[in-house]
Amino acid sequence: MMHRNLISFTSIARKEMIRIFRIWIQTLVPPVITFTLYFVIFGGFIGSQLGDIGGYDYMAFIAPGLIMMSIITNSYSNTVSSFFSTKFQRNIEELLVSPTPDWVMVLGYVSGGMTRGICVGTLVSTVSLFFVRLPLFNVPLIVLFALLTSFVFSLAGMINGIFAKSFDDISVIPTFVITPLTYLGGVFYSISLLPEFWQALSRANPVVYMIGGFRYGFLGISDSNVWMGLGMLVLFSVLLFSFTLYLLKKGIGVRA
Amino acid sequence: MLALSIADLQKQYKGGLEALSGLTLDVQEGEFFGLLGPNGAGKTTTIGIITSLVTKTAGTIRIFGIDIDRDFPAAKRLIGVVPQEFNFSIFEKVQDIVTQQAGYYGIGRQEALVRSEKYLKKLGLWDKRNVVARELSGGMKRRLMIARGLVHEPKLLILDEPTAGVDVEMRRGMWDFLKELNSQGRTIILTTHYLEEAEQLCNQIAIIARGKIVENTSKRELLRKLDKETFIFDTKKTVTEVRPLENTQFVIVDETTIEVTKNKSQSMNHIFEHLDSQGIVVGSMRNKANRLEELFMEMVE
Repeated sequence: MMHRNLISFTSIARKEMIRIFRIWIQTLVPPVITFTLYFVIFGGFIGSQLGDIGGYDYMAFIAPGLIMMSIITNSYSNTVSSFFSTKFQRNIEELLVSPTPDWVMVLGYVSGGMTRGICVGTLVSTVSLFFVRLPLFNVPLIVLFALLTSFVFSLAGMINGIFAKSFDDISVIPTFVITPLTYLGGVFYSISLLPEFWQALSRANPVVYMIGGFRYGFLGISDSNVWMGLGMLVLFSVLLFSFTLYLLKKGIGVRA
Repeated sequence: MLALSIADLQKQYKGGLEALSGLTLDVQEGEFFGLLGPNGAGKTTTIGIITSLVTKTAGTIRIFGIDIDRDFPAAKRLIGVVPQEFNFSIFEKVQDIVTQQAGYYGIGRQEALVRSEKYLKKLGLWDKRNVVARELSGGMKRRLMIARGLVHEPKLLILDEPTAGVDVEMRRGMWDFLKELNSQGRTIILTTHYLEEAEQLCNQIAIIARGKIVENTSKRELLRKLDKETFIFDTKKTVTEVRPLENTQFVIVDETTIEVTKNKSQSMNHIFEHLDSQGIVVGSMRNKANRLEELFMEMVE
């Protein structure tokens, strides 16, 4: 049984990888261009006018934040667009009629989101080497934060894909929720620089902890509690995974 | 053994539409079973429930004795489905579509490659294995879905309007292929709009109307039920009047065409004699409609 599930999983994962690399012009190239511009404009032009944050120059401070941002947006957009287009073309039915359990299906699609998130994260990290030499304070923590964040946002993208009924629906959440949360999640500034009220508000933003923990892995400094960040990621992983399974079991968005 | 056993199946869609209202149906293993019915009768909903694409409101379904509420995965392994509408990714390659499907059934990659080759060859698509699915013709797309539905070698194959939009020649080829599959012991359930198709292929036929089975019998029995049949006679000379004949109705359609509706008890010889005695010479004749079609219209009205 486990062996069959493993084959099902690798079949979905394989299909997702083929998709990512088939449309690499859409999936891998744009983030590299966008984030190169971020490095040049914010890190280079503007950063050179700014002072240090936590003992690091501005470029070193924003680089981990930018890498994490690329992981978040790409993990999310991969599952949401892949799952929605599978629904739209109705080839989701290929999976639904098969004995593949729901949890295997979720892990299959999430593996696609993680593949793209981590691939883009690695590419953006490579780009960052042209601008700054980042220290590596705690590598396991970097890897853990990258994987868990990618997992959580891949799941979130899948949930969006499950609910989506039109192409508009797959861009609403990224535009109105994900982008504001990441921009306000301390990519470009330390939240400790904010006035009291905005600091308190920022602490309610989970992305602050994800970026904070990831940055800590590189620089050894963070404006949020790293362990709380890890705990939060584990909690979100469990909650979103369970919620996705619940939606599929109920047939919401996929079964008539 | 029953390949499929449906008891009191009900489906009410969210909008309130009642698609199935207590449908009960048994299909014996090895049968070539035709499920006929007008649009909206509930055929596709029934197939949707059997294959888990549609959730049921009430009722039980057993596939080779396995209750889908108890062990749907085990039941799914025994079913292959060829849907009415194309439902593969048009961006994927033909062979990838088939091998992926095998993978979803837990068939290892090596075996999946072997089987996809076997079925793509059988369905005349092996040359197209590396072609992206959107480039296939309509008939090829249908055959691709059949190959995909067979790759896990199901004991029960369900085809929802498999020959819709397929040209006559290819339809004959598909019929032969389906007959071959059935003769190897595979149970086949087919829905179709072409009654000729059901007459050609199926040995058992059920008619579904308004969410219920209104008839379920052997094709032979069903055809026996026909008590009237209508023929079109083309006459050699102009006809203005036909004298009446018992158990027979004559309608003059135009000067050289008569529509003849006869009861089962009436013989064709007698009709010809009757016409001959009036100097009416029949040059050719044909059935007005497919015989099943007439019966079908009677039952669903």
